Amino acid sequence: MMASSYNAKDEDGHLPGSVGSGGPGAVKSKKPDNTAFKQQRLPAWQPILTAGTVLPAFFMIGLIFIPIGIGLLVTSNNIKEFEIDYTGVDMSSPCFSCSQNYSWNSTSACTCSVPFTLDQPFESNVFMYYGLSNFYQNHRRYVKSRDDSQLNGDKSSLLNPSKECEPYRTSDKKSIAPCGAIANSLFNDTLELFYNHPNGSKITIHLEKTGIAWWTDKHVKFRNPGGNNNNLSSVFRDTSKPVNWHKPVYELDPSDPDNNGFVNEDFIVWMRTAALPTFRKLYRIIQKKKDNMTPTLPPGNYSLEVTYNYPVRSFDGRKRMILSTISWMGGKNPFLGIAYITVGSVCFFLGVVLLIIHHKYGNRNNSADIPN
Amino acid sequence: MLRRRLNRLCGGDEKRVDSRTIYVGHRPCPDTEAFIPSKFCDNRIVSSKYTVWNFLPKNLFEQFRRIANFYFLIIFLVQVIVDTPTSPVTSGLPLFFVITVTAIKQGYEDCLRHKADNEVNKYLVTVLEDGRSVKKESEKIKVGDVVEVVEDETFPCDLILLQSSREDGTCFVTTASLDGESNHKTHYTVPDTEKDLQALTATIECEQPQPDLYKFVGRMHIYKPEQEPAVRSLGPENLLLKGATLKNTKKIYGVAVYTGMETKMALNYQGKSQKRSAVEKSINAFLLVYLCILISKAVVCTTLKYVWQSKEGQDEPWYNQKTQKEKDTNMYLKMFTDFLSFMVLFNFIIPVSMYVTVEMQKFLGSFFITWDKDFFDPEIQEGALVNTSDLNEELGQVEYVFTDKTGTLTQNNMEFIECCIDGFQYKHRDTWSEVDGFTVTDGPVNKLQQKAGQEKEELFLRALCLCHTVQVKEAGSEEVLTDQVDGIDEMRPQLEEERGFIASSPDEIALVKGAMKYGFTFLGLESKSMKIKNRENNIEEYKLLHVLNFDPVRRRMSVIVQTKSGETLLFCKGADSSIFPRVKPEEVDRIRMHVERNATEGYRTLCVAFKQLSAEEYAVADTGLREARLALQDREEKLIAVYNQVETGMSLIGATAVEDRLQEEAAETMEALQGAGMKVWVLTGDKMETAKSTCYACRLFQRGTELLELTLRTLEDERLKREEKLRELLQEYHRKAVQDAPPVKAGVTRSWSTANQDYGFIIDGATLSIVMNPQHEVDASQYKSLFLQICQNCTAVLCCRMAPLQKAQIVKMVKTSKGSPITLSIGDGANDVSMILEAHVGIGIKGKEGRQAVRNSDYAIPKLKHLKKLLLAHGHLYYVRIAHLVQYFFYKNLCFILPQFLYQFFCGYSQQPLYDAAYLTMYNICFTSMPILAYSLLEQHISIEILLDNATLYREIANNAMLRWRPFLYWTLLGIFQGLLFFFGVRFLFSNPALQDNGQVFGNWSYGTIVFTVLVFTVTLKLALDTRHWTWINHFVIWGSLAFYVFFSFFWGGIIWPFLKQQRLYFVFANMLSSVSAWLVIIILIILSLLPEILLVVLRKPRGPHSRQVYLSLPFPFWILPFYHIHPILCYSP
Repeated sequence: MMASSYNAKDEDGHLPGSVGSGGPGAVKSKKPDNTAFKQQRLPAWQPILTAGTVLPAFFMIGLIFIPIGIGLLVTSNNIKEFEIDYTGVDMSSPCFSCSQNYSWNSTSACTCSVPFTLDQPFESNVFMYYGLSNFYQNHRRYVKSRDDSQLNGDKSSLLNPSKECEPYRTSDKKSIAPCGAIANSLFNDTLELFYNHPNGSKITIHLEKTGIAWWTDKHVKFRNPGGNNNNLSSVFRDTSKPVNWHKPVYELDPSDPDNNGFVNEDFIVWMRTAALPTFRKLYRIIQKKKDNMTPTLPPGNYSLEVTYNYPVRSFDGRKRMILSTISWMGGKNPFLGIAYITVGSVCFFLGVVLLIIHHKYGNRNNSADIPN
Repeated sequence: MLRRRLNRLCGGDEKRVDSRTIYVGHRPCPDTEAFIPSKFCDNRIVSSKYTVWNFLPKNLFEQFRRIANFYFLIIFLVQVIVDTPTSPVTSGLPLFFVITVTAIKQGYEDCLRHKADNEVNKYLVTVLEDGRSVKKESEKIKVGDVVEVVEDETFPCDLILLQSSREDGTCFVTTASLDGESNHKTHYTVPDTEKDLQALTATIECEQPQPDLYKFVGRMHIYKPEQEPAVRSLGPENLLLKGATLKNTKKIYGVAVYTGMETKMALNYQGKSQKRSAVEKSINAFLLVYLCILISKAVVCTTLKYVWQSKEGQDEPWYNQKTQKEKDTNMYLKMFTDFLSFMVLFNFIIPVSMYVTVEMQKFLGSFFITWDKDFFDPEIQEGALVNTSDLNEELGQVEYVFTDKTGTLTQNNMEFIECCIDGFQYKHRDTWSEVDGFTVTDGPVNKLQQKAGQEKEELFLRALCLCHTVQVKEAGSEEVLTDQVDGIDEMRPQLEEERGFIASSPDEIALVKGAMKYGFTFLGLESKSMKIKNRENNIEEYKLLHVLNFDPVRRRMSVIVQTKSGETLLFCKGADSSIFPRVKPEEVDRIRMHVERNATEGYRTLCVAFKQLSAEEYAVADTGLREARLALQDREEKLIAVYNQVETGMSLIGATAVEDRLQEEAAETMEALQGAGMKVWVLTGDKMETAKSTCYACRLFQRGTELLELTLRTLEDERLKREEKLRELLQEYHRKAVQDAPPVKAGVTRSWSTANQDYGFIIDGATLSIVMNPQHEVDASQYKSLFLQICQNCTAVLCCRMAPLQKAQIVKMVKTSKGSPITLSIGDGANDVSMILEAHVGIGIKGKEGRQAVRNSDYAIPKLKHLKKLLLAHGHLYYVRIAHLVQYFFYKNLCFILPQFLYQFFCGYSQQPLYDAAYLTMYNICFTSMPILAYSLLEQHISIEILLDNATLYREIANNAMLRWRPFLYWTLLGIFQGLLFFFGVRFLFSNPALQDNGQVFGNWSYGTIVFTVLVFTVTLKLALDTRHWTWINHFVIWGSLAFYVFFSFFWGGIIWPFLKQQRLYFVFANMLSSVSAWLVIIILIILSLLPEILLVVLRKPRGPHSRQVYLSLPFPFWILPFYHIHPILCYSP
């Protein structure tokens, strides 16, 4: 386009007699080519950012950002979110005893029931998260302690995991599958939700356990070894379960072969390491009711049944259960709305101030500066 | 360095002896008890730095002396040895690339030097050996060899002249390539050397080599059979210097006394040291700051890490056990490796890619100089030449310009312009450039207003024809004698001096030729009688009785001739100041006006006077002169006394004006340089008068300029010794120029208004050497500082009678003075090489005096006038470009690494990188490198035409304005601001990591990718905001880089890469884009980061004394007003 037309060589006539005219072999004149590029004369757009062009931009930013910000804030505020800490630090907490008596070797599971009340109905799909605090999933030693090719179903990596998995690489001279610290520390509390109907009955709320992991992770990045071999126990025969696990990887969800082994979604979600030491991870989805009349979670009393397997007190951690609805912008987070409103207002305000200053000083000093 | 090598080469034992003994032709002498051939160095010239063998170690050593290279080497080694968060490839590969490219470049340059050396060293010369002439390579000449040199050859080493083909035992040489004087100098054979050199048995004792071109002391012992050995003293007039050229003499024989690196030329040649630009120094300073930031970051992180770990359960929670190896490692070693790991993690803050980009920018940018067609000179069919691209930006920082005179400011073409006879002005109508040979026939003297009497006219012209020491080149030499025939010679004005006339000074020739134009032709001197052809084509003959030679103190010369009719006439010509007191005052007034006008126009004026001597008067003068000539003691003084006695009571007949033609646009160029705030010093080996008139012609000195003169002449004082007088004068001038002058404001606001008294300063070589090396050491620094202060307050300084090394000394003195100003030397001859090498920037002019200057220069241009564009346009733009490049690089890496640093606070100080390794590596190489490179090659914040028209714009960037601490602080703060914004903006977003509408959460790699996306877009758009000159290339690379980033991210995350151990980024980018929140946060963070920049655009205000139209037509780049970045509101103060 522009380039081709301007970059064409339009050479000056050489000085007569200065160049041998004997074809390509002749001595070439050292006279520089008279091209726009070589003479630094390429046609150029020379934008002039002046007050005149920038001030409207300020107003524009203000006018666009403030409505966006308000929209975001309203959306965020409309999102219902409920959070409950079930770590059991306090004596009064139902899970106190579980958290106190925890030992890795205990064979019997410790369960506790945490009651809570929802004041408002949760419409449409409700997402259930578990949250951990002071859990450094982003620690370097932890982040790198995995073997993605093993998780991708690579046979050789299955039996010979990467060195990065140390010290969770082998146990009993067998390679660990899945190896590494991340997999080893898989969150293994089981959370169940019950609605205490006012009539006294305890209704189990159905928790959907698929659709919680990234589609690409579930279908491409994570794959069971052995391809379509449904007999996972034979595939994982020569491997050992991670030391902290109660059951081997092929028993994560025996009921659903598409959610078992490495493609278990709870496992996949856990393997996506969190960015910050306080984080939440999607645990279950509560589908909205078929009939649109009743809310997914009506207001009332609920109880959270926890199978308490996951110790966090040793590093002063916390465990939470979060119920949240979701909007087009994701979970509840007023930050974006506030940020947009603030930036928009600041821009608008600055625009006004600059306009005043400019009219006061600009006209006197340099009126020619404003147009363009 | 060279000198050190020299000492090594030539053996240390010889050093202790004060003199060396040379056996002519290596023949033992009967007297000496034993013939001990002493060892001298061979005649090889070495200017190269490396040999094939030592190239690799030496070059690597030199490269790793660079602070940056060494740093990257250390980082690389750390990455190799210690377990670090990033792979060694990330820093090893760029380092290897940089080192290799630099090594290849330097190797190539050294190869060229080898080639040039070989050209000199392998040149074939004829050496007399055992009676036969043997052809030898120049480098094989040994001290004591008898060497034959034929006409127009240069001497291969320093020779003592033994025999000349001329009968009178003289030979002519021109030392143009040594000291710039292109006139012929006469050298003499040693008396009593025999015609047959084979029979000559002699030894020469002379001093050890020393660099002074004009000094030589020695003696020669000549042994003859059955005779006492004769002793002859040797002086500089017997010594033929290497580099000088034999002229007008068929051949000579000489014995080599100094060879190779011991010749005076080599001693005057200074070793080529690597020049570093001020920008590089700034970079190094910034580098240290960033190194401090880096180290403190690492220290902070390491300390906090151990504080954090000391809390129970933090160091090794159950879910994140250490390996056995880690547990076994010693605690302090662990701390150290942690520190190193942090260093590696943050090492991107000091970008290795900046060095690559700077090198590339310099290398590619220098092509614009070679490509510039304005630098193309049709005469020599060549354009500019760039020998080193390291100094491009230095061209925009020049504060002092040191220029040679002959061949640089002037063309060294003397031309007779006009004369004034008896108060009437005669001006020749035509100029040299035209074919004007025929004007002689159609009317010799053009009457301008009125004409002087015929008789006066002819007397004046006869005086011009007689009063000189010009010789006519003998017929029979290869060139046809053309001067008797008018016209032919005139058609080739460039060559004429060499053609017909030979004189010690080119203006004598000009005068003789001037007279010729008016009809009086000098035919030559034959056995004491001078022949001239007058207007009627009759030959007049005069008997030359005496020549009263020119000397710089008397500043005049005379001849005494006898006409055919027996009259004795004295003709005298000289400077007005030396003639006027010796003629009748009433004659002076008529001519003085003309002389003064001519002088201020830059012509060299001479007054001509004559006197008729009566027989008695002549007899007295004759005996006086003869006696004085024979005197053994104080001969000089006695002669001068007689001269002064004779040259009295003359009558003034006229004055002449000769122009040393200036180079094209010399005056305009000088004016532009001064307008740009540069101080111009003229350093020349030439005479003061000549140089002064050139300065006037170049408008360096102007009519109102008060000249402060510090020369041998002003130091002559009966009462005081030279040095005392010097001190007195220095103090007086200092009072005048420094103390009384209104204080000059430093920096950009320097006023150059003409309201102030301008001072010009003149100093000559001899005086300078007293200033530099006074008898008492204590005075040295005082003199120097006085001298420098005076010079700094003068608009122009003229240093005349400079030896090449003295020129370099001056440059060095200024260079090392307070504030270490940037100096530029420009010259065309070999005599300028030392100053070209000494100055920060050396410019060679592709002149007629050989190629030494061009070879040793950093840039070579065909003409002086090109200097203006080179400095004002190219230099300015290069500086702005590279300064912006450097600042931008530090900025973009600061806001790149700051989030990574902040992330450590959230990941337990575990050195977890925020960005993926691919992003870490590619950030500087691919995503952000091209836009800045394109910017740094193409930016024209002010168009070239405006830069050329407004020399004052050059002052805006004086004193490294864009790389001072204030703009650096601004950029650093901007980087910190943006880095904080990027990190915490995303941090708040991630307080709820469920960012997608399906409730799924984002992990740490998404976090890093969002930050990185914001970062890439912000730094690229920041550059876009700074770009004032958008060519299609800029558009292409800026938008192309962003598109490439997006494309790459998709690509990188779209595939399971088999060679990667971890698929960290698999679909992270695509998932990010599917989140509306991520989009919104990216947009707002980019806008918020650029908001201060945009705000500044509004607040940016023109200021200062500059013409408004410059500002109205162009946005003035705000970084020139760095202060306003920090206090933008101040812009509104008037």
